[in-house]
Amino acid sequence: MDTVYAAVAGTVTACAVYLLLDRNLVRVLLGVILLSAAVNLGIFVAGRLSRGLLPLIPPGLERLGAADVANPLSQALVLTAIVISFGLTAVLLALVLRTARDLGTLDADDLRVSEPRREEVQA
Amino acid sequence: MTAWLPVLPVVAPLLGAALAAVARRQVPAQRLIALVATSTQLAAAGVLLAEVWRRGPIALHVGGWPAPFGIVFAVDLLGATMAVITGVIGTAVAVYARADADAGAERDGFHPLYLALLAGVAGAFLTGDLFNLYVWFEVMLAAAIGLLLVGTRPAQLDGTLKYALLNLIGTTFFLVALGWLYGLTGTLNMADLHLRVPAVENRGAVLATAMLLLVAFGTKSAVFPLFFWLPASYHTPLASVSAVFAGLLTKVGVYALLRVFTLVFAGEGTAIQTALCWIAGATMVTGVLGAAAQQDVRRILSFHIVSQIGYMVLGLALYTPLGMVGAIFYVVHHIVVKANLFLVGGVAERLADGGDLRRMGGLYRRDGLLAVLFAVPAASLAGLPPLSGFWAKLLLLQASLAAGRWALAATALVVGLLTLYSMTKIWNEAFWKDPPEPLPAGRVSGRSRALLLGPIAALAAVTVAIGLWTQPFVALAERGAATLLDPAAYVAAVRGVAP
Repeated sequence: MDTVYAAVAGTVTACAVYLLLDRNLVRVLLGVILLSAAVNLGIFVAGRLSRGLLPLIPPGLERLGAADVANPLSQALVLTAIVISFGLTAVLLALVLRTARDLGTLDADDLRVSEPRREEVQA
Repeated sequence: MTAWLPVLPVVAPLLGAALAAVARRQVPAQRLIALVATSTQLAAAGVLLAEVWRRGPIALHVGGWPAPFGIVFAVDLLGATMAVITGVIGTAVAVYARADADAGAERDGFHPLYLALLAGVAGAFLTGDLFNLYVWFEVMLAAAIGLLLVGTRPAQLDGTLKYALLNLIGTTFFLVALGWLYGLTGTLNMADLHLRVPAVENRGAVLATAMLLLVAFGTKSAVFPLFFWLPASYHTPLASVSAVFAGLLTKVGVYALLRVFTLVFAGEGTAIQTALCWIAGATMVTGVLGAAAQQDVRRILSFHIVSQIGYMVLGLALYTPLGMVGAIFYVVHHIVVKANLFLVGGVAERLADGGDLRRMGGLYRRDGLLAVLFAVPAASLAGLPPLSGFWAKLLLLQASLAAGRWALAATALVVGLLTLYSMTKIWNEAFWKDPPEPLPAGRVSGRSRALLLGPIAALAAVTVAIGLWTQPFVALAERGAATLLDPAAYVAAVRGVAP
């Protein structure tokens, strides 16, 4: 199961990198979203996958084995990361929308307001 | 009370941010809250530093959960020193912003965002847990995006977009590394990682994780070749915002590098050290050359942040006690000087109606005090004696010569000279040459002049003080470096056992 998860995370990362390299800002934003999804899958696998187990320690158990309980920590980490990336994605989405309206472009190469080209400075 | 001391520098601005957000329509109340919160942060950090100096590293186990199961705040001398500097810059800029942030900016939420940013910075300096550090990074990022957008210039949108996207990708790298590190060791507590990482059998995976963290913190601290977001965004927002960014934000990245590559990964003699050496040299050179090509005051200063980060990384890359002392001393000196230069730049832009050097001039005659107050941090940045920058560069030069890194020492010297060139350029163009025709209408007078120049004078005094009474600061850096290189006391404090 771990292998499948790792392969999925890898594939999603590859898609994310492809989108991040695009000049269109909406596609870059989609890349950021996909990247954080892939990372969350990775953290999830890092915390050991289990099936049908509870994150509770059964009474009377002296030593924990991998097959006894589920690991709740990685899920807590992923949950935190999801909340954070959700919030920042919303902010970025608003930012991209505002850029499209105010500056009239979504092409990263045309966004030269804060860093004008040399010939534009001299003009 | 003392038990809660390690989180007080975080809680004070966080509470202030919440209160200021509630008092959304009462701008005068927000100003008062900002001043009280920042000065409380400064006072709490000062007490914390005194306590750590006296007792050694201290830790707070949140909720009473013993490490490594709960989240800890762990403070050694480096962390406490950084918290104090955060308080100093936070308070100074809060005063400056009284005159700099206009009514629109204050209505748009300048104060809550500013306080949230300071809370994030202090949290990053004081936490003892890597995942917690990630959360503080995101707090800083969210607040920083908001602060960059406070105002009305179209360039701000452009700058913020580049800042936000590249930094978000940087923190995502951090998150990937956290997942791997957790998978390898089963813990994210830094003191616990210090004990467990050397025992991991899969050394390749450890190195890969270290490199991911290097990319993540490298993006945050704007090293070559990951710095492009910085000169794209730092000249666009309010002068107060760019000053606090210039002083504190990149230095959080440098702090994370210092912490992680001493405590978690022993870098000495590994590929990490080689990478850090190359990064240090390339960062110094590209930053200073980038600055030489610019014609805008704040853009020149932005590129100099990049160049100066190279010096700090150089101190770490040497992995000698003296190098570490130099890095810590340099960080402290640089935060004060760089924030101050941006504050001066803000006033100069106000007087000249813009920051383009070709349309500036005559500021020396229009405001002599401002010119003097520019000359102090500018000379300090370039490393002229007897100011703080001279001692910082001297320590690093001695350290790199002692370590036999001749090329890096020579690079540091030449870059220092080119820094002087840039500072002279600003001086000549903005302050010394004849004023442009027609004279810009910008005026700064009366109460707002006092509010703008007061913090600048205070920070300039700090620079001079560090330069003239160097020994106490070097002693502080020496003890801080000693804990970094031998973290036994830090680890013991976190684990709650006697060393």
